[in-house]
Amino acid sequence: MPQINLISFGQFEVDFVHKIAESVSHDYNYKVAIREGHLDLADFFDPTRRQYNANELLKMVDTLFGDSGVKSFGLFNVDLFIPILTYIFGQAFLGGRTGIASTFRLSNDRYGLANKKETLLERTIKEVNHELGHTFGLVHCHVPGCVMTSSTYVEDIDQKKSTLCSNCRAQF
Amino acid sequence: MARKISILIVDDEQSVRDSLYNWFIEDGYHVECAEHAKKALSILESESFDIVLADIKMPGMDGLEMLRRIKTLKKDSIIIVMTAFASVDTAVQALKDGAFDYVTKPFDPDDLSHLIRNATKQISLSEENEALRERVVSLENVEDIIGTSEAMSQVLREVESVAQSNSSVIITGESGTGKELIARAIHSNSSRKFFPLVSVHCGALTESLLESELFGHEKGAFTGAMYNRKGRFEMADGGTIFLDEIATISQKMQVELLRVLETHNFIRVGGNKEISSDFRVICATNRDLKAMVDSGSFREDLYYRLNVVNIRIPPLRERSGDIPLLVDYFIRKYCNSMNRTTVSIDSAALKRLQEFDFPGNIRELENMVERAIVIGNGKKITLKDLPIRKITVPSNVESLEEIEKAHIQQVLSNHEWNITRSAKALMVDRVTLYNKIRKYDLKP
Repeated sequence: MPQINLISFGQFEVDFVHKIAESVSHDYNYKVAIREGHLDLADFFDPTRRQYNANELLKMVDTLFGDSGVKSFGLFNVDLFIPILTYIFGQAFLGGRTGIASTFRLSNDRYGLANKKETLLERTIKEVNHELGHTFGLVHCHVPGCVMTSSTYVEDIDQKKSTLCSNCRAQF
Repeated sequence: MARKISILIVDDEQSVRDSLYNWFIEDGYHVECAEHAKKALSILESESFDIVLADIKMPGMDGLEMLRRIKTLKKDSIIIVMTAFASVDTAVQALKDGAFDYVTKPFDPDDLSHLIRNATKQISLSEENEALRERVVSLENVEDIIGTSEAMSQVLREVESVAQSNSSVIITGESGTGKELIARAIHSNSSRKFFPLVSVHCGALTESLLESELFGHEKGAFTGAMYNRKGRFEMADGGTIFLDEIATISQKMQVELLRVLETHNFIRVGGNKEISSDFRVICATNRDLKAMVDSGSFREDLYYRLNVVNIRIPPLRERSGDIPLLVDYFIRKYCNSMNRTTVSIDSAALKRLQEFDFPGNIRELENMVERAIVIGNGKKITLKDLPIRKITVPSNVESLEEIEKAHIQQVLSNHEWNITRSAKALMVDRVTLYNKIRKYDLKP
């Protein structure tokens, strides 16, 4: 069975990462191996924006953990940006082998709402599945509910399912 | 399928070009980059682009000069200018020179996405207008709507005819008939498909929560509201809002909703600034709204505002001819998601399914097929895998009591003696059902 390496950077509850791995494994029918990554995130911090450069992080995860024949996915809990955008939830190399996502802006308490562990877990699974979809060459989809629909606002994520629509599934 | 929209990015900063390139490639656009205006103009001479996203401040020829030159090459080009410096003067000048819009770096992803979708919508509308006379309409993204019966074909014809309009739609049908799927099909086949379809399950929220969900709230509007939050109407800007279980909303929310539908303006909870949103509304209900209007529990003016087009989804018992197709679809769906080899169904089991009433409609059939795959032998679904027991009313029975007894026995059996579900199907409360079970001495 082909493999996805899920690498956690930062402190996550063990159960949280396991549930993500389980769900991703089910949705893509890939074996998911959990690994821990250690990076000095200070190297990626932009003091003027007080955020972390996702382009550089993605490249670093690809350099350190990218492996032919498997997908590598880095999970962070810091505020990610790319130069042109104020923030991003995650990103990936389209048709490549690496993706990253952060839980930072997925948590309800970031928006002054009651924090629900299940909501954070669901959103993270969707974000991981979405970015992994890009590594499989899938682009954004216009079928409502498909995990590959673009989400630029946190509650957009709640509007979709964690799985691919039949069109994307056929391409995958 | 719609053609790929092409975007040319013109910016002297490599990191900006790379970020935008990756962003748009993931969105499925065809993208090219140029590091200065001269190169952009040379690309545009040989290749046509739908959208040009250009920085204003560049060495050599600046963005405004380039904008004017592009407009002489192709008058209807969509050009969006961007700059790191918020300057009203340059913005006004760019718009006067024919720019489609103006943005300041760095962008909010939501704003960028919205801006490009607006541009895409304009392109697709003008192309649709040109091709309108010879266009052959075919529905997209309806693969999940299964059925070839006349009743379902009629529903799809209605979806096709209503999709391109902006009219409000009420979808009626019993629980489990697939009302949300029809709402998605309408949205996916409308010119709003590049914008979100935002769903709200009105029945699941209390009045105050629903108000905050629909209209959003301002920081400090209530205890715990520490940040501003967009409401669903705002999120649906450019797209469609789907209000499920519309019959459950309170009289107060009916008034609020009517006002928003009439003006498309609203104020966030705790706010004082009026927000405008361009959305289309689709509602769904399993109740008889007209009867609710007659009894005074649903506002007549709101009813007529919503009920411009009414699409009725037939219950499964009215299209039992579609059951084999649906069963086949659900078998493939669940075998695929459970990573199992596709099972088949024997003719006796299929016949039993076709004879069954399905009070819970397609949802009930789907659950039944899923259950049969889980508990079955992995090769063939047979009668013993189905939670349906055939109970026939003796032909010599004529009394109402005997018919009631047989019917209750049948419904209990269909629901595996789950009292809550059986009572719901019989439309009686649980106590009444228990009394009937005692009265007729019914046993599993």
